[in-house]
Amino acid sequence: MWKIMRQIARAGIATEPAPASSDALRVEAERIQRDILGILGRALTIREVDAGSCNGCELEIHALNNPYYNLEGLGIRFVASPRHADMLLVTGPVSRNMEVALKRTYDATPDPKLVVAVGDCGCNGGIFGESYATCGGVAKVIPVDLAVPGCPPPPLEILRAILTAVRRCQPASSGRSSGT
Amino acid sequence: MKLERRIVDSQEWFADARLVALWAKPAAICAAYAVREGLLWLELPGKSYPDLSGRFPYASRMQRAAADLYGVSAEGALDRRPWLIHGDADYPFVRVEGEGVHEIPVGPVHAGIIEPGHFRFSIVGEQVLRLEQRLGYTHKGIDKRFAELEPLEAHKLAARVSGDSTVAFAWAYCMALESAAGVEIPARAAWLRALMLERERVANHLGDLGALGNDGGLAFGLAQFSRLREDWQRASNLAFGHRFMMDCVVPGGVSKDLDAASLNSLFHQCDLIERELRVLRDVYDEHPGLQDRFITAGRVTSDLAARLGLTGLAGRASAQALDLRCDHPAAPYDRLQVKMATHANGDVAARVGVRFEEAFESLRLIRILSSELPGGEARLPISVPQSGYGAGWIEGWRGEVFVALELDAGRISRCHCHDPSWQNWPVLEHAAMDNIVPDFPLINKSFNLSYSGHDL
Repeated sequence: MWKIMRQIARAGIATEPAPASSDALRVEAERIQRDILGILGRALTIREVDAGSCNGCELEIHALNNPYYNLEGLGIRFVASPRHADMLLVTGPVSRNMEVALKRTYDATPDPKLVVAVGDCGCNGGIFGESYATCGGVAKVIPVDLAVPGCPPPPLEILRAILTAVRRCQPASSGRSSGT
Repeated sequence: MKLERRIVDSQEWFADARLVALWAKPAAICAAYAVREGLLWLELPGKSYPDLSGRFPYASRMQRAAADLYGVSAEGALDRRPWLIHGDADYPFVRVEGEGVHEIPVGPVHAGIIEPGHFRFSIVGEQVLRLEQRLGYTHKGIDKRFAELEPLEAHKLAARVSGDSTVAFAWAYCMALESAAGVEIPARAAWLRALMLERERVANHLGDLGALGNDGGLAFGLAQFSRLREDWQRASNLAFGHRFMMDCVVPGGVSKDLDAASLNSLFHQCDLIERELRVLRDVYDEHPGLQDRFITAGRVTSDLAARLGLTGLAGRASAQALDLRCDHPAAPYDRLQVKMATHANGDVAARVGVRFEEAFESLRLIRILSSELPGGEARLPISVPQSGYGAGWIEGWRGEVFVALELDAGRISRCHCHDPSWQNWPVLEHAAMDNIVPDFPLINKSFNLSYSGHDL
């Protein structure tokens, strides 16, 4: 126990410094935190769906939970079931073998819901394109609110996309969300 | 590494060696074996071939994939169910029957942030009687996609076979292309590739060690290791311009040479990480709760590992002393004398222990690779031959990665990438047996096999 305590004390708080103009992400994050509360009245919950990625995007999505990005500190959390989720974070070109599973996951997510397609594959199929085995992007299978390019996009860009998607959910696009 | 390729008939189809990979062509089946001198690549023409799964149990799924993708079938194989192409038909899982037996279907969408696959547990109470996997959910048609790409561009596709092994696959592809072209890359390029490969190994081991602590109930481990992993990836980004060093291994060498300042900072980062790693290893070793979860969980005895062909990191944790960096060292490993990490117990604790040992060894290698890097060019131009073949064979962090490449009319006529997960997924089914269901995530993570690398 002593070693654990000492290591925690020595490592300190890695989460990157809050306010001020030097840290644009943090400033944005705090504003968005209010947006989320305004829209959903609670913390944002995300269900991640790998629809055939190479697992590179998954590694970067995992990184959002490390102490530097501290996603949970922003009130955003990954959940184990689409039934508990406000947002689907979808990676991969959508393999034909995942097409039905992705649709079912989308249907299982309660309204209002948001979909963020992550990575070049999620945007347009990436290097895998559209073929006998792939659908060529998330939007070919379910409605997408936001697509974040990159191979894989770094954690900061994924975070930015999550936050942007939430902001877009306000008045203008809430019709789409409640209509599905 | 010496490569011998032979066209054989069905009498010569069996080789007395360890099967590395099996893949099909439109009217032939190919197998790669590890022999004393290096690799033996056999090609048997025809639409059918004698079954290999009787001798190599892990060949079964490769044979099913070959039948799915190219219609080439194994005569006498017991399991002929489709594997990578799912279609609409229900999949016939093996049923376990008896009093109190019930099934838990899991996936393809899992509870965590992981790749998709389906696990069918047959259990009594909490105890797993049988686990059956169904994979192929991330099948992206990679084998056929290769034929649409230029040989000098296709390393990018290899780099995306399994994102966590991007350096290993890109290197193996480039090695195959370079051997087909008869080009020897400059020493500096080989050293920089090895530097990246060892950095990839450390990154994955840091990630896994944190996740294993977390799955064992020690969230402290995840927080600490994920912090170190982030430091590590940021340094990779600074030096190579990409957090995973994706597309930095290119035909003829590497896309980015490093200056003295970058090399120096990569050298010194090893000291920082090693210090933290030693503290964290002591914490893991001395934590009774964690050790209680790790020790004996998901045990694969060395005997079982040998019979089923367990390979790579998981194999070494079950006393299978195989590591290409030691057994068939390509430059620069022929000069580094890599110390292989093995363990006798084959449980989660052993796989954790091997990860720690390998991370320390990689840090030692990175220090040498960054401080003694030879001068000269870091990339040579390559001209693609009109026809030819080549193979790449690299010890990635998970195990041996293999690429077979054939060229015709200056284009790729066939390229197959093989991930060691093909060998190890079936062994995970055995590792889960007799354990309790709640230990499965921990056992699964201790192998951390690739879905994408397997599903292709």
